[in-house]
Amino acid sequence: METKQTTGGEKLIQCLEREGVEYIFGLSGGAAMPIFDALLDSKIKLILVRHEQGATHMADAYARSTGRPGVVLVTSGPGATNTVTGLLTALMDSAPLVVITGQTPTAGLGKDAFQEADVTGITYPVVKHSYLVKNARDIPRVVREAFYLATSGRPGPVLIDVPKDVGQGPCDAPFTDELDLPGYQVPSRGDPGCIAEAARALGESRRPLLYVGHGAVISEAGKAITTLAEKLRAPVVTTLLGKGAVDETHPLHLGMMGMHGTAYANKAVVDCDLIMAIGARWDDRITGRLSDFCTEAFKIHVDIDPAEFRKIIVPDVSILGDARLVIEDLIPQVEMADSADWLRQCERWRKQYPLKYPKQGGLRAQHVLDRLDAITAGEAIITTDVGQHQMWAAQFCRVRSNRHWITSGGAGTMGFGFPAAIGAQFANPGKKVWAVVGDGGFQMTQAELATAQLNKLPVKCLIINNNYLGMIRQWQEMFYENRLSGSDLEGNPDFVKLAQAYGSKGLRIRRPGDVDRILKEAQAYNEGPCIVVAEVVKEDNVFPMIPAGAALSEMLVEKPRHRLEKPEGST
Amino acid sequence: MSVAQIAGPSASEVPAPPIHTISLFVNNTPGVLVRVALVFSRRGFNIESLVVSPSAEGRFSRMTITCSGAPEVLEQVVKQLTKLVDVVHAIDHTGDLSYETEIALLKLEAPLDQRTEILQIAEHFKARVVDYGTDSAILQAHGSSEKLDAFIDLLRPFHLVELVRSGKLLMVRGKRIT
Repeated sequence: METKQTTGGEKLIQCLEREGVEYIFGLSGGAAMPIFDALLDSKIKLILVRHEQGATHMADAYARSTGRPGVVLVTSGPGATNTVTGLLTALMDSAPLVVITGQTPTAGLGKDAFQEADVTGITYPVVKHSYLVKNARDIPRVVREAFYLATSGRPGPVLIDVPKDVGQGPCDAPFTDELDLPGYQVPSRGDPGCIAEAARALGESRRPLLYVGHGAVISEAGKAITTLAEKLRAPVVTTLLGKGAVDETHPLHLGMMGMHGTAYANKAVVDCDLIMAIGARWDDRITGRLSDFCTEAFKIHVDIDPAEFRKIIVPDVSILGDARLVIEDLIPQVEMADSADWLRQCERWRKQYPLKYPKQGGLRAQHVLDRLDAITAGEAIITTDVGQHQMWAAQFCRVRSNRHWITSGGAGTMGFGFPAAIGAQFANPGKKVWAVVGDGGFQMTQAELATAQLNKLPVKCLIINNNYLGMIRQWQEMFYENRLSGSDLEGNPDFVKLAQAYGSKGLRIRRPGDVDRILKEAQAYNEGPCIVVAEVVKEDNVFPMIPAGAALSEMLVEKPRHRLEKPEGST
Repeated sequence: MSVAQIAGPSASEVPAPPIHTISLFVNNTPGVLVRVALVFSRRGFNIESLVVSPSAEGRFSRMTITCSGAPEVLEQVVKQLTKLVDVVHAIDHTGDLSYETEIALLKLEAPLDQRTEILQIAEHFKARVVDYGTDSAILQAHGSSEKLDAFIDLLRPFHLVELVRSGKLLMVRGKRIT
């Protein structure tokens, strides 16, 4: 009897098994059929989504919540182009993703075949690297390289485009661990000279500040940074994505800085005499007007990506390397800084400018999120969408541990939050996972309710419903004379009924008095997805706020009485 | 990617941004040229000339790119190029001790009454006549890009019909790598 030859699709799936892949998030289609067929005989579980964008965000959050790469499998043409937003999201936030796309058979490439798209061409700007596999014998090497590239150094998405004939045809290539990447180096330890220079500067500083970003989360540097902060007696601020690297309830933690950061964090940034960026990239949300940003402060920049040095600011000392290894090498070289006055000043700011919101006048998103923080008590993984609710969640949900806060920062992708929670829940079955989303973003990927319901995932989705694209409305109110254009989401569905239509649980919060009871009910519900709709005050604004392009010192802690000029900065 | 920009007369009063020559050592794989070009276009950099050729090892290719722009922006471009997985190294050779050359082909109408003068200019620049017809001639010149600029400018009044330039080639002198 003739032994069945391994196909390219089977080989590909075997390679994924070898990489330890547990889940594939995907949607099938013609050109990917050989690969989907091979999945039937694999122990890898396919999570069938309802739209490819959802698959990418699920895989992204699977990766961000575990550190292991997320895997997506889709078909050619529109199936593949639907992953572009997810690729951008992962690239901007350095999330390790391997996206496998089916492709037209090699003979038809470039001939406008059915469902053909030049997927490698379309995705060049949004991937860390990509492959078009034209020969099945390359499959083992390409998969090994793709996983290595996605997860090492500064992580990012890698795309593998597999023509149908390559997946269908025979593949006898052996598995390999060899990498053929002469143009790719991964930094690890920092240069001892640069680390010594940083230690010297930290020793001389009276007002040091540690500014912690996503790189610290990715390299699991939080413990080392906490030790460094305690040893130096230096306060810590984080970026939106750096939340959770250091426990936000730690006394030295001043919370998130930047456009909607805490006032005390931003005041510390304005007044520090040394700022040390650890895995952070001086994003425009962080620095505000660059010419006024920390002009007098000594700047130390720790990053694993050399292209980040001198991209936005010119550091006095740059240390190329893995954040955790660099900080661990730095700790023995630093002494306690003479920072007692500085810490007292930071505490005064903390008391003087607390995060606050009106306790009267209806249900407030801030109140709901404040209570969510209390009820989840740092145990839950929180994902968010993009907009006002995201900023309020960032302000009020104090993240206690690494990889428990997942949000789309760089790309600002609406529609991210809910599928992200699904991906995080698959990766962390023992944990409570809450998506905090707005009514606008939720509707972009709400079809994944089917995915969550089908898998009986106990994921919770808190919709902060103000029937607006709230952040846009806020800007139009503040900078465009309240001329609302394209920000009113009239016509929203009843989200409780929507949840019920999928067979999921739907709960509604209408009054401040309902908040604790409903949140606790959702928190305790484990039979499947639970949608909680908080019908919040329609017109509320996020403060503090630094208008885009303004200096950090121009921060608004509450709504100003005078009219504001249109901001100079981007969005 | 317009050669005409460096070949054309520079009428502008504003000092032009400095011209940089970057050499790249890259994997000889499909798509590498697009990846490289995207780094330039994303930053709004115009590539002035681009030469892609095999290297001494077949699995790698060599790219020599000239472009103009502010040095600090170019530093970012070189870093972003280096970051590409398919780029083994990218070096900005501005100010390096290197040998540079370029080849130009010029087609001229070359009517009888002008031929002597054309040939005199060609001889002065050590250019060769590689095609001589009744109503046209092709000249081949090589040398530094600046020398070719001057040569082309001199021949422009003689009915320059077509111009093709190879783009700048560069190799660093001594033991340092290009």
